Amino acid sequence: MIIDYEILKFIWWVLVGALLIGFAVTDGMDMGVGNLLPFIGRTDDERRVIINTVGPHWDGNQVWLITAGGAIFAAWPAVYAAAFSGFYMAMLLVLFALFFRPVGFDYRSKIADPRWRRAWDWGLFAGGAIPSLIFGVAFGNLLQGVPFHLDEFLRAHYEGSLLTALLPLLNPFALLAGVISFAMLTMHGGVWLQLRTNAPIARRVKGAILLMGAVAAAGFALAGVWVAYGIEGYRVVAQPALDALPNPLAKTVVKEAGAWLAIYSQVPVSMLAPVAGFAGILLTMLLSRMDRPGWAFVTSGLGMSGVVATAGLSMFPFVMPSSTHPDASLTVWDAPSSHLTLAVMFWAVVIFLPIVLSYTVWCYSRMWGKVTEEEIRVRSHSAY
Amino acid sequence: MDQLFIDLSRWQFAATAMYHFIFVPLTLGISWILFIMESVYVMTGNEIYRDMTKFWGKLFGINFALGVTTGLTMEFEFGTNWAYYSHYVGDVFGAPLAIEGLMAFFLESTFIGLFFLGWEKLSKRQHLAVTFFTALGSNLSALWILVANGWMQNPVGSEFYAETMRMEMTSFAEVLFNPVAQVKFVHTVSAGYVTASMFVLAISSWYLLKGRDLGFAKRSFAIAAGFGLASALSVIVLGDESGYELGDVQKTKLAAIEAEYETLPAPAPFTLVGLPDDETMTTGYAVKIPWLLGLIATRSTDEEVAGIKELMAEHETRIRSGMVAYDNLQKLRQGSTDPEVRAAFETHKRDLGYGLLLKRYTPEVVDATDEQVALAAKDTIPAVAPLFWTFRVMVAFGFWMLFLIGAAFWFTLRRTVERQRWLLKALLWSLPVPWLACEMGWFVAEYGRQPWAIGEVLPTFLATSSLTAGELVFSLVGFVGFYTFLLVIEIYLMTKYARLGPASLGTGRYHGEVPPAGRPATTDAPLVPAE
Repeated sequence: MIIDYEILKFIWWVLVGALLIGFAVTDGMDMGVGNLLPFIGRTDDERRVIINTVGPHWDGNQVWLITAGGAIFAAWPAVYAAAFSGFYMAMLLVLFALFFRPVGFDYRSKIADPRWRRAWDWGLFAGGAIPSLIFGVAFGNLLQGVPFHLDEFLRAHYEGSLLTALLPLLNPFALLAGVISFAMLTMHGGVWLQLRTNAPIARRVKGAILLMGAVAAAGFALAGVWVAYGIEGYRVVAQPALDALPNPLAKTVVKEAGAWLAIYSQVPVSMLAPVAGFAGILLTMLLSRMDRPGWAFVTSGLGMSGVVATAGLSMFPFVMPSSTHPDASLTVWDAPSSHLTLAVMFWAVVIFLPIVLSYTVWCYSRMWGKVTEEEIRVRSHSAY
Repeated sequence: MDQLFIDLSRWQFAATAMYHFIFVPLTLGISWILFIMESVYVMTGNEIYRDMTKFWGKLFGINFALGVTTGLTMEFEFGTNWAYYSHYVGDVFGAPLAIEGLMAFFLESTFIGLFFLGWEKLSKRQHLAVTFFTALGSNLSALWILVANGWMQNPVGSEFYAETMRMEMTSFAEVLFNPVAQVKFVHTVSAGYVTASMFVLAISSWYLLKGRDLGFAKRSFAIAAGFGLASALSVIVLGDESGYELGDVQKTKLAAIEAEYETLPAPAPFTLVGLPDDETMTTGYAVKIPWLLGLIATRSTDEEVAGIKELMAEHETRIRSGMVAYDNLQKLRQGSTDPEVRAAFETHKRDLGYGLLLKRYTPEVVDATDEQVALAAKDTIPAVAPLFWTFRVMVAFGFWMLFLIGAAFWFTLRRTVERQRWLLKALLWSLPVPWLACEMGWFVAEYGRQPWAIGEVLPTFLATSSLTAGELVFSLVGFVGFYTFLLVIEIYLMTKYARLGPASLGTGRYHGEVPPAGRPATTDAPLVPAE
């Protein structure tokens, strides 16, 4: 079946969004659990309970991140190139933090020394906290535009280097986005713990869920106001036909206050995204309070999907705006791969994603049930 | 162009890739060995095979954690450090990487958690299926990675487009069934199987030499010997097949590996050893075996194998043609719609990459002097001596392992393994050999690809990101420091658990354990002592 190039370009914007949401719901949960680990787990057994709620699954969950990276490479090579190298120091920070997780999960309980285990607890915390913060910061910077341009051979160049490139990334709006991301993932991980453990962990974590939910909801509201009044959005004034061969240098773009909110009046149904964001977070807080962690997990996933979708929709059709050379911004229409590659990749997703989802569900279902301290003690040699 | 920055970028990629490949081959092979052990357990019900699966699985887990850690870097490093590469070939190269994630890495990673932690929650057959899917996933991963890598060596199924200023895919099937990729895949996974076999053989040998856990060690030894023998033969046969593919599509790499400066009358001899010298373009003290190279590279006695001097002359012609391509590309990029410009570009397009080699000497390319063209032509040949020697040592290691594993298999059949102390010692001391051979193999493949990032399409020096040497120093030190720190921990844990042996499972049935009197009840049923 042949699908139009223009439609495929749009589908890939949806698919990348879906992969990022998949990452937030699955691996975001593991990161959230890591963020809570040193604070909620008071004894070694408690911490092992916490780790083992995600122990069998975190590795598969992380593949959402890896596949999202691979999909951006294949579907939007220009974005993969400009974003990953432009955010060089931030990417390194994320990578180095992620390094702590595979070894943290697997090596922590292989040696009984409490100092060893304590050290890996903080390693797992760093492996959750730093990426969950930086991913938000990255979105915050994308919303403001990134200082890059493309030369005639489409090589990307950036303003600044080393710390001069890193520090401006940590501006107030971006930090706010980072806090939202951190709070959201931590809330989500908290709900998972409430679902998969007994008291005292399940009881203790409820306070954290409330606090993180409140921070995420308030931050999301503040970011909305800030986008409306504080930062300029971008708008395409003129561009080639949407199914044209991608050329990121062929359009005209202006910076404009309030441009990031235009979509909500043009396509009112897009308001569902921010509404889902708020409703999801608030319902999660309520359901957790009412000891309904199963439903709270669903609403927390919904809330995160709403927040991610809000960021993506606000910027549509931009993916990576350039603050210094707005005409060189990368959009859904001029950053993608060729028609054939988008089609091949689309069918790969159509075939494999349902298979992935079904065996993932099977794996979770086999490992279901509360993780208890007794179980950890009995399986001391094999559990994480 | 900042040469230091380019060198640092290459060093970083080489370092992170070679670290990654310390952990990959063991994963590729041991996952199948675990599947074999567990299959025997499920079929016979003999619990010692379950203990074997768990124990070797524990060592596999220690290794796997760092495989995942170092693999993360590889997924992002093309974007962070090879941004122009990512733009220029992402349309083709990105697809196999993304499909690898979807089809293979999800499979391996989703099931591996259940492999380690699902013993109590899954039925025997379910757990066996989990082990199978873990092994299948890791091997499918290798397939897609090598499809991507094979395309770097031999970029089929794609074409350059002036409008988008990049390579675009024209046939996914050609990319997937790239002969280089297929041969490399089987050669690489077989090398992984040999690595895992050597690993199990070496550690089992140590138990046999110490006279402990004999039943456990002998069974492990036998499985690894059988699996290893088939794999070692496969590596060598497929290595030979790679030689044939090189003769077909990567003539320059082949000539450099063989230090063949002159085109010799067919069938060409194979230089066993010698001292290649790039300055004088001769190989001193060469010991040659008549006919052999011609047979390996062309599978015939009448075809010639092109020598370096001939190839360099050919490349010089292509560089001049590439200058024309570049000239017309610039016109097209500036909006020319002249059909003559388009026609000239299309005629010379296949040599555009050769034209780009001149960017190192003159950014304008079209104004290159004869001298600069000659320099660029010289650049098309990688340094011969490192390739010549690395390749020969790799092959020698391959045959050494074939000998050891063959002997291991022979004495396993004769049931006298524990009396062959020379063999057990040789196996133990040869533990690092498969890793050295694997790393050398990658060195030959990738250093031999130079000066290209994508063979004859994109020079390595153009493929980098727009970063600075300072940033690269920072990240290179960071990677090497962090990885080395983790590697030290890994080797410590690996040694600790290998020394503990199956006793680390806590079943109370193995060497050095006290009977499980005061121990909390486990699900392990009592078993006839392994010894």
